[in-house]
Amino acid sequence: MNTMDARGLSCPEPVIMIRKAMMSKENQYEMIVDNPTSKENVMRYAEHQGYRVTIEERNGEYTLSMKK
Amino acid sequence: MNLRKERWGILTAGLCIGIIAALLVMLGNPINMGFCIACFLRDISGALGLHRAAAVQYIRPEIIGLVLGSLLVAIRHREFLPRGGSSPMTRFIIAFFVMIGCLMFLGCPFRMILRLAGGDGNALFGLVGFAAGILCGVFFLNRGYSLGRTYKLPTAEGAMLPSAMGVLLGLLLLAPSFIFFTEAGAGPGANHAGIFFSLIAGLAVGAMAQRTRLCMVGGIRDVVLFGEFKLLLGFAAIFSAALIANIVFGLFTPGFNSQPVAHTDGLWNALGMLLCGFGCVLLGGCPLRQLVLAGEGNTDSAVTVLGLLVGAAFAHNFGLAASAAGPTLNGKIAVMIGLAAIAAIACMNTFKKK
Repeated sequence: MNTMDARGLSCPEPVIMIRKAMMSKENQYEMIVDNPTSKENVMRYAEHQGYRVTIEERNGEYTLSMKK
Repeated sequence: MNLRKERWGILTAGLCIGIIAALLVMLGNPINMGFCIACFLRDISGALGLHRAAAVQYIRPEIIGLVLGSLLVAIRHREFLPRGGSSPMTRFIIAFFVMIGCLMFLGCPFRMILRLAGGDGNALFGLVGFAAGILCGVFFLNRGYSLGRTYKLPTAEGAMLPSAMGVLLGLLLLAPSFIFFTEAGAGPGANHAGIFFSLIAGLAVGAMAQRTRLCMVGGIRDVVLFGEFKLLLGFAAIFSAALIANIVFGLFTPGFNSQPVAHTDGLWNALGMLLCGFGCVLLGGCPLRQLVLAGEGNTDSAVTVLGLLVGAAFAHNFGLAASAAGPTLNGKIAVMIGLAAIAAIACMNTFKKK
């Protein structure tokens, strides 16, 4: 599983990135974002797609782990 | 993630904002202009002498409040994160033309909602154009449009625009002779609520918009892109609350003719908002959202605000802005140039990227 780097991208770009990735229908994805709005938007989208999301914050960067 | 709480949050904020907008009109703002980011930046541009249209010159405290309200709440929630460097010059140019589009329609997307809530049927043409513009932007977003990444910046850099707003507040309160204020009865610039209430209203709306990420462009964009209705809910709540408040206050006057600070040219109302909607999707948010992001320390949004300010100055210096009498020939040409420029910028940042 590759970790997608969406740091520095403003919304809706991180959500478009995760939407494209999720077309491969894998059970697990990981993405790093660096602002709270992107974190919320990616999390909301992943949850709508049926993924469980856990978030780890380090130095203002958020790593979102999305699992089915 | 608590989706229900999030939706209640934006619904409540939208309702409050709609009521505040109607109250501002009751207290003196022009009709259907409780808030209008485009008009208010245009008034500030005039107050600073960047244009000399005597009817529209005033330092609108709402704008100052929006930025500072966002700043204060962002600091409190540790979301004041100075960032920038994502194609600032391109954003300046897009913002310039977004303002040209707004002043063709005579309002930003926020005022478009308030005009609809006041019964101004001409805003329906604006809404159609706005939605079409957003679809144009989404077309490019789906094909990889991006203005590139932002980078962390020093606190002082992020604090520049909010500080400038503090200076503007000082200029408003001191009213030195080199600042231009529309004389009483000489135009919309003279119609305003008291400084204190306007400032408080701006602070409150800025704070709520920061927490809820409210964005007029994001509302329609996210529904089309992701089937996500959160932001559209805010849009609908503002409309509903303003509509009810307008009816209660006797400000609701349905129709097309003689609507306040509006014209009846449907085609150019639509094309103006087409330019605005398209440009705002490329910027990542509506003018209100840009003010809020600038308050969070985003310098790309700060540059966007400057682009809007300069666009407003050009619009009045070169006769591009429409008026109640309708659009001008210069304005029509500028909107067409704007559409071509925005389309070229969209193509350059979509198809030439790796």
